[in-house]
Amino acid sequence: MDLRRWSSLLLPLVILGAAIALFQLANPLALLGVSPPPLEELTVERTVLDGDGIALKIRAVGSESMRIGQVMVDGAYWRFSLDPPGALSRGEVTWVRLAYSWVEDELHEITFVTNTGMTFGHTIEVAEATPRLNASQLSGYGLLGLFVGVFPVALGLCFRPALQRAGRNAFQFVLALTLGLLTFLLVDTLDAGLELGAQAASLFQGQVTVWLAALVAFFMLMAIGRRHGRPPNGRILAWYIALGIGLHNLGEGLAIGGAFAAGAGALGTFLVIGFTLHNLTEGIAIAAPVTHEPVPARVWGGLVAVAGLPAVLGIWMGAYAFAPHWSALFLGLGVGAILQVLVEVGDYLRRMSGTSGNSLVSGISSAGFALGVVIMYTTAFLVPI
Amino acid sequence: MKIPRLNRRDFLKTWGWSLASTLSVTTLRPAVAETERPGRTSAYHPGAHEGRTGGMVTVGEVDHVRNGFDPSDILSSWATGKTSRLADGRRLREFLIIAVDKEIEIAPGIFFPAWTYNGRVPGPTLRVTEGDRVRIRFINYGSHPHTLHFHGIHSARMDGVPGAGEVAPGESFTYEFDAKPFGCHLYHCHSVPLKRHIHKGLYGAFIVDPAPELHAEHRVAASSRLLGSAENMRWQELVMVMNGFDTNFDEENEVYAVNTVAHAYVNRPIRIQRDRPVRIYLINVTEFDPVNSLHLHANFFDYYDHGTTLTPTLRTVDTVMQCQAQRGILEFSFSDHEPGLYMFHAHQSEFVELGWMSHFEVV
Repeated sequence: MDLRRWSSLLLPLVILGAAIALFQLANPLALLGVSPPPLEELTVERTVLDGDGIALKIRAVGSESMRIGQVMVDGAYWRFSLDPPGALSRGEVTWVRLAYSWVEDELHEITFVTNTGMTFGHTIEVAEATPRLNASQLSGYGLLGLFVGVFPVALGLCFRPALQRAGRNAFQFVLALTLGLLTFLLVDTLDAGLELGAQAASLFQGQVTVWLAALVAFFMLMAIGRRHGRPPNGRILAWYIALGIGLHNLGEGLAIGGAFAAGAGALGTFLVIGFTLHNLTEGIAIAAPVTHEPVPARVWGGLVAVAGLPAVLGIWMGAYAFAPHWSALFLGLGVGAILQVLVEVGDYLRRMSGTSGNSLVSGISSAGFALGVVIMYTTAFLVPI
Repeated sequence: MKIPRLNRRDFLKTWGWSLASTLSVTTLRPAVAETERPGRTSAYHPGAHEGRTGGMVTVGEVDHVRNGFDPSDILSSWATGKTSRLADGRRLREFLIIAVDKEIEIAPGIFFPAWTYNGRVPGPTLRVTEGDRVRIRFINYGSHPHTLHFHGIHSARMDGVPGAGEVAPGESFTYEFDAKPFGCHLYHCHSVPLKRHIHKGLYGAFIVDPAPELHAEHRVAASSRLLGSAENMRWQELVMVMNGFDTNFDEENEVYAVNTVAHAYVNRPIRIQRDRPVRIYLINVTEFDPVNSLHLHANFFDYYDHGTTLTPTLRTVDTVMQCQAQRGILEFSFSDHEPGLYMFHAHQSEFVELGWMSHFEVV
């Protein structure tokens, strides 16, 4: 680029810098005649309960730096330490450690009192020891992830021979059913993402992150999927479905891991069976576009891994490294991926219907769609997270 | 009376503080030898006594120098005023009290935008004798109207309520009345809104010592209460104002204390000589909670409700409760005790856990 082009790029930036400097020097806000105190806000991002007491990772998100004056546990001032100590600038994190003998299965209320006397509460709903990062707990959570993610998807794929033997109408019914369950997953993932986004420090604008990540993921996946000018179908479509479902299962894993870490989940065979039934249909969805295509075993393995293994990853993340803003981002991406497969499966169904002389919105497809939603909705009763 | 309006900040910078602190602490302090002053606190050793709290304590130490007052000094610093004789031979005591806004540290690292009398919370402990004429010049350098409302006997004009002795910012008023009845009383701001004006810090102790010549039947008891008398010198007298601070203005206190600073007497226990009796002037000004209380560990005391009698109104109790503005005198002794740390605190566990916890160091 020549000098002229460079200067035309730099000039606005230079003027901006000068304007900021002028603003700081002249302080035109003084004309307003008010000097509001700095806004203080903080968010608890992680809670660790162990033999040493309670540790909380907090992030300051106020307008200026803030200081923790004292910390109460259940309405009592308690000896605490900050790591690192001192004032917290906007966006900075510190660990607050309290040598407090918390009571298992009971509720504890933490209150941070800042140096200006503002208070911020944080509730530990059910005190449970935080999972330890050791082989046995790690593999235990991993196994749980396999049960709720990988196993049901693999099981769902086993319906493929039945799909093959079914007629053309039955196949359309199954595709519509897939659309129904994908719609459920879309709403469910968006709901979970927005909920986590609300928990994230305001600095990260969690809910905006979810929407934007969803849109960006959707358009990028659409562009990649149709880069050759045709909509994906067959085996390629199966991969995309597996990806969308995988991101949804990552979110499910986050919820499960986070719930167990926080003591809010009732771990038991009931839950595992519930998730297995709930996620069984996900396998059917992946199998649907490749019903009439030969698929090698390693591809089956890959599809199951892409769709199911993120549940394991999600459970680990939820249990050990829970940070709502990252979770919100992943779930946002999941929403976009699910929306993409929803569009592509819908398009596939439209083309299929066209060749068989049915319209997209036929009795068969409506019934399939409704059944898909209903199955997902009712099996969700079984997973109390 | 109109006085020239000063810029508050300039006033503070130039001569306000030296005046206020001089009036409240130095000139008005009675001539009691430093070594004999009761309630002297032991040298501060950070963490020396934290073991007694089991970790349930505020972390750090309040900067009393920056605050401009020290709870350990407040315990036994009496403002006795400038004394002179009236034409009728009676004693006149003159005081100057200045209301100023001031940010104070009420627990380590927690600052409160207080309204104060003479820059301290509680305000100066005014100590007079029954029958004295009391004249208090009150200047308001605060940002809001304030009053001095005394719990005592006086005329309607001197009541210190809106319409009678309320002082606008930058103005002043002189309250005048006879000191009666004898007892342990208080004064506070009676401007509205009441809750805000009181809990922001506008209150203080007002002690009227009995005149022994008026109480022939209890002359010894009366003398022992008269500041500076031979009988009184034996006593270790402490003033304790039970207060609380609603730091986030949600009408619930975040910090409770005696004499403002949470855990002040945990970090520096109040030293008590066990061969001398102890008298506490206890006053409750806690806002938002219906009652406050004091419980003494390992000992019992006699209690004089409002301090207006010379015989106890309660005998041999170890806990007493007071509603807001209720007050009384506690008398007890550690003469039969072994030396050591003896706790005293509110017996509302909630208040204990939020700072109202203290220690006597009996030697």
